[in-house]
Amino acid sequence: MSFAIATTLDQALAAIADGARPIAGGSDLVVGARHGKAPLPESLVAIDRIAELAEIKAGGDVTRIGAVVNHARLMTDPTVVGNYTALADAAALVGSPATRNVGTLGGNIMNGSPAMDTGAPLVVMGAQVELQSTGGTRTLSIAHLWDAPGSNTAAAGELCTAVLLPPPGDRCGSAYVRLEYRRAMEIAVVGAAAAVVLDEAGAIVNARVALAAVAPTIIEVDGIEDLVAGRALDDDGRAAVADAASSQASPISDMRASDAYRRHTVGVMARRALDAAVRRALGEEIAVPVNRALGIGAA
Amino acid sequence: MTIDMNNASAVTLRVNGTDYPMLLETERNLLGAIRDEVGLTGTKEGCDDCECGACMVLVDGQPVNSCSYLAVQAQGREITTIEGLADGQQLSELQAAILEAGGVQCGFCTPGMLMSATALLDRNPSPTREEIKVGLGGNLCRCTGYGRILDAVERAVTIR
Repeated sequence: MSFAIATTLDQALAAIADGARPIAGGSDLVVGARHGKAPLPESLVAIDRIAELAEIKAGGDVTRIGAVVNHARLMTDPTVVGNYTALADAAALVGSPATRNVGTLGGNIMNGSPAMDTGAPLVVMGAQVELQSTGGTRTLSIAHLWDAPGSNTAAAGELCTAVLLPPPGDRCGSAYVRLEYRRAMEIAVVGAAAAVVLDEAGAIVNARVALAAVAPTIIEVDGIEDLVAGRALDDDGRAAVADAASSQASPISDMRASDAYRRHTVGVMARRALDAAVRRALGEEIAVPVNRALGIGAA
Repeated sequence: MTIDMNNASAVTLRVNGTDYPMLLETERNLLGAIRDEVGLTGTKEGCDDCECGACMVLVDGQPVNSCSYLAVQAQGREITTIEGLADGQQLSELQAAILEAGGVQCGFCTPGMLMSATALLDRNPSPTREEIKVGLGGNLCRCTGYGRILDAVERAVTIR
């Protein structure tokens, strides 16, 4: 077994081209290995000391979040909290202070869990994922990153180097909420993210909703705009969004919830996420994470 | 700089301000290196699954579950364990406060609780009770019911 510490991106990409697996905090890789889920790879390259992967750069036509930015930073960074609030909501719900300190955004999305908290927010905010290899750089829509539970579409030799988000606009709001049984060290039973853009009168111009832990991957709910656009959010709109989320979910039953329970509750979470996103877009301050601010989830 | 190592390799870990050279396999966890190579046994193994927080240490001042963190990744970082909190015989404010508040029963979770609480107070010197609960969210106690542990952190805040 070999282990190398890369301090530049070129060193990391060269090691990955030679077959090494990247490790940042190790919160999936090491826990999985100790659990007997998957042995540690034969060759590892540590990427957590590469300065350019730890940057959050805003301004211009894209906001760039480096792949090894950890959840503790996402939940407090002014750019993320101010403009990409659903992502801060999600990061604040992950694990514990220790988990949020070692776990990175790149690790969370590349791990590909359908129950990941950061995925649904990134989908509704139109995130692109940057993948680099010794052969070059490509970006893809984050919805195309996942193909099955615990799986991603990156090619061998490719490293996730950043998540790219469109610049913030006026009267935008977003939120992520989840059903949980306890407040710490929890995985979403189901989760939902919403992002909206309003016009000056408060009518919805644009709305997106995505769901966690109700399908083999994070999924976006189709047809949301047809249900709510052109008017202020009202009870008919809320109910229609909840129904659409529940009907498009394809959940499994497992130790945490039955499929029927997940199908019902993901509609409730979608409605609450949309509600919080609209309230934020209207200028209301709802603290991160929404689960705590509005008393959603574990008491 | 790239450090290449195969199987057991020479590594130096800096624990509580002292450098400890040792031979480590890549898969060794930081908890094992601290307990078995450095010989400091205040850090405990509970679940070995990143759930209970008994193994909590600080790496560059931030809390880390040492059971699920590769020891080789801690090279060049400052590791702080429960043995690093006291100054000689002088307990840290948090250590004194948890004794005074009766926040210890069997004691197994105590080192991890104190490391999480230390990190919390470093980043937020006057947390609310709610913020203390969030700060200790990754630490389980099966004896005290948590109330007196939370009291202890509040006590350490007020005597500062």
